[in-house]
Amino acid sequence: MDRFRMIFQYFQSNSESVMNGICGLLALASVKMYTSFDFSCPCLPQYNMAYGLGIMFVPPIILFLCGLILNRQSLVMLEEWRRPLGHRKKDLAVIRYMCSSIMQRAMVAPVVWFIVTLLDGKCLICAFSGSMDPQKFVGFANVSTVQAQQLLAKVPCKDDELMRNNTSHKAVTRYLRCWSQALGWTILLILIIAAFLARWLRPCFNQATLLQARHWSNYIDIEQKIFEETCCEHSRLFAHKCILHFFESMRQEIKLHSFSLPREGEGAEGGEDLLRGITDQDQVNKLLKTWYYEKPPLDVS
Amino acid sequence: MDKFRMIFQFFQSNQESFMNGICGIMALASTQMYSAFDFNCPCLPHYNLAYGLGILLVPPFILFLLGFVLNNNISMLAEEWRRPQGQRGKDPAVLRYMFCSMAQRAMIAPAVWVSVTLLDGKCITCAFCTSVPVETLGNASHPRLSQGEIQRVLARIPCKEIYNGQQLIANEVAIRYLRCISQALGWCFVLLMTTLAFLVRSLRPCFSQAAFLKSRYWSHYIDIERKLFDETCAEHARSFAKVCIQQFFEGMSTDLVAARCHLPRKAPANAGEATEKLLGITDQGTMNMALKSWHRCKPPLHLHPPALPTGNGWAGEGQPPMHPSAPRKETAAYYSWV
Repeated sequence: MDRFRMIFQYFQSNSESVMNGICGLLALASVKMYTSFDFSCPCLPQYNMAYGLGIMFVPPIILFLCGLILNRQSLVMLEEWRRPLGHRKKDLAVIRYMCSSIMQRAMVAPVVWFIVTLLDGKCLICAFSGSMDPQKFVGFANVSTVQAQQLLAKVPCKDDELMRNNTSHKAVTRYLRCWSQALGWTILLILIIAAFLARWLRPCFNQATLLQARHWSNYIDIEQKIFEETCCEHSRLFAHKCILHFFESMRQEIKLHSFSLPREGEGAEGGEDLLRGITDQDQVNKLLKTWYYEKPPLDVS
Repeated sequence: MDKFRMIFQFFQSNQESFMNGICGIMALASTQMYSAFDFNCPCLPHYNLAYGLGILLVPPFILFLLGFVLNNNISMLAEEWRRPQGQRGKDPAVLRYMFCSMAQRAMIAPAVWVSVTLLDGKCITCAFCTSVPVETLGNASHPRLSQGEIQRVLARIPCKEIYNGQQLIANEVAIRYLRCISQALGWCFVLLMTTLAFLVRSLRPCFSQAAFLKSRYWSHYIDIERKLFDETCAEHARSFAKVCIQQFFEGMSTDLVAARCHLPRKAPANAGEATEKLLGITDQGTMNMALKSWHRCKPPLHLHPPALPTGNGWAGEGQPPMHPSAPRKETAAYYSWV
């Protein structure tokens, strides 16, 4: 029991840190995914916007869902939410607390992706190069509208043959990148200020309720872990008893069917105790065959 | 038993993490395999599609099967499925639970391969380069070529060094178009898989939690019971072997004593443990005979009760083995559990 206590104290103190660790790993994974992803803008009028905005918004949804899946507490919360009342009332404040802590952690990786995308700028350049006003840029001013659209759509592809000789594409790129980075930094600043305020002002509102909710959400988590551990311990003991019963019943069956004299020295040798009365190749084979063809019933009373 | 208890607790609590670890390693292995694989599009009209789709779909199938092979629980599932009912009923819910959890883990590496392939874009570019819409992307005013010629030219799109259709459609434009489609498909696939995983995981507590707890308990039970049974059999085999060998040596020494017509030399009371362990074999000739007899004529797999020495002890080595050597091999093979 002592070992269990140590393990559960570890879980208790570190359940939050385990989840924070997963959160951090997912954020790093999101940065790594972005850098290893080979962004290639299609440079075609209708496809640019779809591609650029798709790359900006679809991976964050995926990362958010991953954050929910990998967080063990989300399952605990769902179970607590859906369980029948039984003898124990449900406290909605606890469920709300668990939900908000899960959501906060799951939002970190998508936000990281979003901000890295904006600060890098490629997505916004790809998505909005076709929406620029051609009159503002010298290289695109004196062409027809359709051609201007085509040329603007090709701005993100620097190596395209049409863009190599056009110097205005750099102007468009710089302009869009400037907007993208400004947006990225602004969003980052707003989020950090919001997080700071939330953390700073939280003790001013409902601190007692918060402490209670946190305590009981920890309790539910630990209770479930202990239940699983107890079930494992129980199934091990159950299996042990079941197998002992099986060997015992085999020994009795053999005694009934064989005509050998009762062996006096059976109990004397300590080593023979483990033999459990099975001392012959045929007896062993019979035991193994019976184990396969007729497993004992799940009843150790 | 304490040591076994610790080992089983380790396995039990860590089996899930062990299987998750194997799952993660296979996913990494699949990424590594993809980057190490040298993709070579054939750039011929009908071969491109077969090659591209083959690389996209065949390795995931192999990885899926490998995921099952590497999972230790597959033999447990098969055993539980095929065993005769006997005195214990079979619960199909438990079998379904075991199969589902194995299938879910085996699906991860193939899904990673398909995502990486689609996000990289080479396979789709190779497979569908002949279907590029030349009218919208290319030069419509190009002199008309026959359909076969156009197909041959388009098929060379992935092979930049031999591409000769720059007038028909620019190589970079076609590749960018195909890669865009491929990456869009890749992200949609990943989104779909993640959504499915999320739904599977989150709908379970809403609908069948009690049944799930039951299935999980009994599937762990079956696993633990199998391991405990193997351990008990191993313990039994050890004791069996020990007693068998002890009786062999006793039989040898009694036999030799009878042959030499000497009185059995009883070790003096204060001789110590070492002399006892010699089991009555105290010279080179006797030892050689014992070893030869062990090789030529192993004792039968039948332990007799410890009998008092009667002077004309049974010839443990003189008797022919009660069982032919084939069953012995069979037994040995049975116990060689890996």
